[in-house]
Amino acid sequence: MKGTNLGEFEELVLLTIAALAAEAYSVAICDELERYTGRSAKLGVVHAVLNRLEEKGLAKSHLGDASATRGGKRKRFYEVTHAGKVALMRAKELREAIWRNIPGFNLEGSI
Amino acid sequence: MNKDPQPPQWATAFLRWYCRPRLLEDLEGDLYEYFVRNVSRKGLRYARLVYWLDVIKFLRPYTIRKIEPLTFLTHFMMIGSYFKTSRRNLVRNKLFSFINVVGLAVSMSVGLLVISIVNDLRSYDDFHEKKDRIFRVLTHHQNDGQAPTDLASSSIRTAQRLAGDVPGVENFTILRNGFSGDAKVGQNTFPLEGTWADQSFFKVFTFPLLAGDPATALQAPYSLVLTEKTAERLFGSTQVLGQTVRFDTLEYQITGIARDIPHLSHIHFDALLSFASADATMGKKQDGFYNWDNVWSNYTYITLSKNGSTAGVQRALNQISKEENKALLHKKVTLSLQPLKDIALGRKLSNNMGPRMEPVTLWILGGLAFVIILSACFNYTNLSVARSLRRSREVGVRKIIGARRSHVLGQFMTEAVLISFLALVFSFGLYLLLRREFLALDPHIPEIFTLDLSVRSVLSFIALAVITGFVAGFLPAVFFSKINALSAMKDASGLRIFKHIGLRRVLIVAQYTLSLVFIATTLVGYSQYKGFLNFDLGFTTENILNIKLNGTDAATLKKELSEIPGVTQIAHSSMVSSLGSMYGFDVKYRPSNASPGDSALVWVNTVDENYLPIHQHKLISGSNFTLRPEKGKESEVIVNQQVLKRFNIGGRDPQKALGHVLSVDGRDLTIIGVMKDFHYGTVENKIEPVMFRYSKSEPWGYLNLQMASTDLESTMAKIESAWKQFDKVHPLKANFYDDQIENAYSQFSMMVKVIGFLAFLAICIASLGLFGMVVFTTETKLKEISIRKVLGASEPGLIYLLCRGFIALLAVAALIALPATYLLFDKVLLTRFAYHQPIGIPEMLAGALIVMLLALVMIGSQTARAARSNPAKVLKSE
Repeated sequence: MKGTNLGEFEELVLLTIAALAAEAYSVAICDELERYTGRSAKLGVVHAVLNRLEEKGLAKSHLGDASATRGGKRKRFYEVTHAGKVALMRAKELREAIWRNIPGFNLEGSI
Repeated sequence: MNKDPQPPQWATAFLRWYCRPRLLEDLEGDLYEYFVRNVSRKGLRYARLVYWLDVIKFLRPYTIRKIEPLTFLTHFMMIGSYFKTSRRNLVRNKLFSFINVVGLAVSMSVGLLVISIVNDLRSYDDFHEKKDRIFRVLTHHQNDGQAPTDLASSSIRTAQRLAGDVPGVENFTILRNGFSGDAKVGQNTFPLEGTWADQSFFKVFTFPLLAGDPATALQAPYSLVLTEKTAERLFGSTQVLGQTVRFDTLEYQITGIARDIPHLSHIHFDALLSFASADATMGKKQDGFYNWDNVWSNYTYITLSKNGSTAGVQRALNQISKEENKALLHKKVTLSLQPLKDIALGRKLSNNMGPRMEPVTLWILGGLAFVIILSACFNYTNLSVARSLRRSREVGVRKIIGARRSHVLGQFMTEAVLISFLALVFSFGLYLLLRREFLALDPHIPEIFTLDLSVRSVLSFIALAVITGFVAGFLPAVFFSKINALSAMKDASGLRIFKHIGLRRVLIVAQYTLSLVFIATTLVGYSQYKGFLNFDLGFTTENILNIKLNGTDAATLKKELSEIPGVTQIAHSSMVSSLGSMYGFDVKYRPSNASPGDSALVWVNTVDENYLPIHQHKLISGSNFTLRPEKGKESEVIVNQQVLKRFNIGGRDPQKALGHVLSVDGRDLTIIGVMKDFHYGTVENKIEPVMFRYSKSEPWGYLNLQMASTDLESTMAKIESAWKQFDKVHPLKANFYDDQIENAYSQFSMMVKVIGFLAFLAICIASLGLFGMVVFTTETKLKEISIRKVLGASEPGLIYLLCRGFIALLAVAALIALPATYLLFDKVLLTRFAYHQPIGIPEMLAGALIVMLLALVMIGSQTARAARSNPAKVLKSE
């Protein structure tokens, strides 16, 4: 299954969804990403990633209620699925495992 | 409604078009959010630009809608259902169907006629095997200091030069028009006209021979090829190969019998004579017969070899002209090629052979037909949209059951095409009628057109019906397909039908403008045409009979005719003026022997001493010709005032001009009279210098008989019998001068008839449409009227209320149409006429009035009916 692998940007987006909780829709995700990374996150890119995450089963979405602010169009809210949570945890564990194996002196002074 | 800045509509429409429905809504919302942000940060223009870019950037594989074969399949499966519902609708709404079918049928019949005409012209010369490789050599003739002439004819020298090896030319042939003689077969004599052609004629063109060898039939001098029809006429049989025909003293042998020429051929002949005979009878005797600049009576055609190019031949022709032009003084002759298929539909050329129609004329005809059909399409559009209240529920149900927009679109398109096919059936019947009328419109038309049906024309007819259906159905289909299912079901009256009221108004105004322009054009054109006929030409044409002579001295006939009691006076003339043909001479005038003199073209008619009195030409000074015994001693000339003006003779004083000498054609002629200016040409020409020369007899000219107006019939019978005694070969060709003038302007009467007919159609269609609109509008307003009535509105008040809108539309149409027509005549149509009547404002207003009255009667009758309806009955039904 190709869904097991999580790219770096995908991971960021997935984390943001989790962080935003009930307010996770595309524009908010973009803004949040920008805030964290300091880089601009293009809607086009984020939208494509959201779509892919959904395809992989790591996130799921539903349409919210209509509001007048968006020209009457509903928002699509995302949430992390169980599989998504597992993938995130695994990614985190993987990193930590590696971090643990780095000898203390190896990174000292290099920054 | 919404004053907030909106993203570009087209971009949104594009997004909606390509994006998957599942992704569409939130994506559209996202983009909108960004758009709003951008507007507040960087301004509207920037925001719109970014929006556009984003829409384009989102065009990615995962967003693009999958092609759904199912939709197509459903369309296919639904066609049966579309037909069924369309049929039911047509039957249920009889008025609607009637108006549309009749309107479309009437207008399409004109379209069919135009298609047939175009088709005929495009089929000209289709029967030649090498039609794609045959070209005609055209001549461009330029005298220094004069306007150049483009001719369809070319010199014999051209053909002779082609005989030398010109690369790319497979074959060439030369034709010469204008043979005319009396063919003697045994004891009988028949007038016969023919064309000279050289031996390669049958190699270039495909005119099959029933008898004789095409390779040699036109080789020897005095060979003659007859068509079947001519052979039947001369011999009563087509088995006449080898027999002889006598012209004067020359015996011609029949070397071939050609099958009759197809109607749609630009070359027509009764008989072909070998070109060698022309060489023997004329070439050896006439100076300049073979000259390079003798470009007036011969036609050269070439066939390109299979791998030859027109550019190569053109280069060779340029080379030939360059070499030959060296010998010419003050003159240049250049050659070019014209494809055979361009002849019938080509540009204007002098000395053209066969019928020709300018593409512009066809475009105009086609344009008029298009406009009429469009008008009928407007009716369909208008009435469909006006009726939408009734159909919207149906659409709503369809949509709820699961019809997509495209399905509804398909359904309404099918309905429109169905109607237009129904109309096609009727219009074909009308077309058959129209065709007969058209062919009878002018004796020349059947010569040009057959208007027979062909596969191509029938296919074009069907294509016309389909296109008409699409054009008519497009707007209503789009309108219906946009209907929101829910709102249609909830409250049909809330539909935005009144949003389209602007469109409907525009369409009605357009239709009426058109009708008014047509009718005003017809009436003004007719009064102009009448003006041409009754134009004061400066002489009288009343009760004058012109008899064409055929080359015999008519002294005996003249004597015979003068004894008929109904004939008061007889004159001779070389031509009949004011009909459009003109003959001219270069005239030289030297005020004194010392001066070099001045020369100019002066139009001429050669007449005898009776001509001026019969036609009542007014002499300002001097006297008429007197009878002189012989032609050779001609020494006098009568000129018009323009001659004095042109040469400044005698200080332009008619009295002083008498006795001055003009040098014409190598002769010195003394001015013995000055006549008042008259119209030598048609009213299209300005009055120019004209002179009358004297001749006692004009064997190729005309006898002008002045008739007593009583008992013309018996006089004509007597003239006929006198002619039969005088000339047994040729039939009498006698025409009254007034009829000839009417004939000379027949093209205008034809135009008036055609435009008048179109006006009639346009008015019919517009009236039908208006009628339908009034019926549907009053129907939808019936409740409103009833309530008003209950509340105390008066009938006239209600009628006024209902009529008001329509009358305003008609007024707008009139305000556009009448000035437009006036400008059309003033700036375009009448500019070609040097003399014409003032444009008749009363006629224009009368036309407008007729149309208005018709419309008012229709509106009035319907609204009055609605206003008179019993409110109790109407309101009860709810």
